[in-house]
Amino acid sequence: MLRDITLGQYYPADSPVHKLDPRVKLFGALVYIVSLFVFRGIFGFLLATIFLLFLIKICQVPFRFMVKGLKPIVILMVFTAVFNLFLTPGKQVLFHYGILTITMEGVKNAAFMLVRLTYLIVGTSVMTLTTTPNQLTDGLEKALKPLSKVGVPVHAVSMMMSIALRFIPILIEETDIIMKAQMARGADFEEGSLIVRAKNMIPLLVPLFISAFRRADDLAMAMEARCYEGGEGRSKMRPLSYRRMDYGAYLLLFSYLGGIIALRVFL
Amino acid sequence: MGIIKASKLVFEYIRRDEEGNVDSIQTAVDHVDLDVNEGDFIVILGHNGSGKSTLAKQLNALLIPSEGTLWVEGKDTKERENVRDVRRTAGMVFQNPDNQIIASVVEEDVGFGPENLGVPTEEIWKRVEESLTSVGMLKFRRHSPNKLSGGQKQRVAIAGVMAMEPKCIVLDEPTAMLDPNGRREVLSAVHELNRKKGITVILITHYMEEAVDADYIYVMDEGKVVMEGLPKEIFSQVEELKRHRLDVPQATLLAYELKKAGLPLPDGILTRQELAEELERCYVNYTK
Repeated sequence: MLRDITLGQYYPADSPVHKLDPRVKLFGALVYIVSLFVFRGIFGFLLATIFLLFLIKICQVPFRFMVKGLKPIVILMVFTAVFNLFLTPGKQVLFHYGILTITMEGVKNAAFMLVRLTYLIVGTSVMTLTTTPNQLTDGLEKALKPLSKVGVPVHAVSMMMSIALRFIPILIEETDIIMKAQMARGADFEEGSLIVRAKNMIPLLVPLFISAFRRADDLAMAMEARCYEGGEGRSKMRPLSYRRMDYGAYLLLFSYLGGIIALRVFL
Repeated sequence: MGIIKASKLVFEYIRRDEEGNVDSIQTAVDHVDLDVNEGDFIVILGHNGSGKSTLAKQLNALLIPSEGTLWVEGKDTKERENVRDVRRTAGMVFQNPDNQIIASVVEEDVGFGPENLGVPTEEIWKRVEESLTSVGMLKFRRHSPNKLSGGQKQRVAIAGVMAMEPKCIVLDEPTAMLDPNGRREVLSAVHELNRKKGITVILITHYMEEAVDADYIYVMDEGKVVMEGLPKEIFSQVEELKRHRLDVPQATLLAYELKKAGLPLPDGILTRQELAEELERCYVNYTK
């Protein structure tokens, strides 16, 4: 299961989406998430679907990569759907048994919630799959630059984020190895009550933390050896500047958002 | 004066108790003298805990000597304002390939050093391409480091250092975590940089085989340089090496044992090739 996390897993390709300025993509993901919770009704849903399909088509990332991100949140999705299904009050009762009631509104809500969550994950993974973590944090750094004037360590935070993203797969692999090593010596991570299982995690977490600290130490030294001295005086491999394509993307984004809002207001 | 010169270098790890009093002092490097000429391929040998890594970290000003002086291209590493120049001149590659790659894409990692130096964007890309080519990793430029083998990762790390255009690279046991293939890959990349680009190499290792092609060898034990010389001179002293808990290359060991048993072999045989030739000569002489 651990290996299914697609967060921060860049998929290299040469599509127009890959070439967009990361700030556009960051902002785009934000706008898309907002739009998912703004739309109401079938037409809004259609527009959101078309927009997402269009993105998936042009970003040249295999569809299965995006769907992979859904696996870890299946349980969350089922929960949300079930709650919406049974707990939405409404006039048109479809099914009634004891305290369980399913209404037409409940079915609708559950379906839309499922769609929203799915689109949310797939939509944001379009962003993370087409943007390297470094670009992403570069984008974040530049977008938040004004905050550094009031003393927010923007560069340090974005550097920490990009390093964290880089080490996620390494630490996952390490967890796997430690887990197997402990299992080989009789540890059991799967049985017992929740408390027992939580306790059983300790022999897994302690070595993992120790190794993470050791890695952090090594990495800090390697960065220092390569003359890293914080954000001052650094040049950029990919300096961020908006090009025509980026303005086009903004235009598209805003017309999409406008469309969603219009559909909600007028329909 | 050579590109790297050390005079009576001492480094002490000082452990303090809770009140800040000195609890114990461990001398990791003990009065070491080094003199490395530009373009040389130097190997520093030593078993675990001999102080060789501590010495390496001083070459890059990651550690500052407790006593004595270390000059990198004539610059004293003790002076705070020299640190940047020292690190630019002597790049460093570490043991664990995963813990020294910063970025999630190969080319971005190679660009990290030049970015820190404030190199203009276009120049960074040129350097990234050049240094990836020089270690034969250009076709992996857009890959994630996580998908590379150990040897490939280590070559990326070397490219990352090369992009800073150093005159010297210090490699601190770069092959210790690699399989034999990865080890060969890394070593041939390093040798090529030394031969083609004239980069001074200081290779720290405990694998004897890696020292065979060196221009000069230092052997360390308990923080001191206990032997130094050409590979032939060093490896002909099998007993002495054993005393410092080091092995000799297999071919050398076999030649040594054969000689002890009475075969007329010369000292300082380093490779299988040489051994085979010498044995053939023995056989020809014998049949005559």
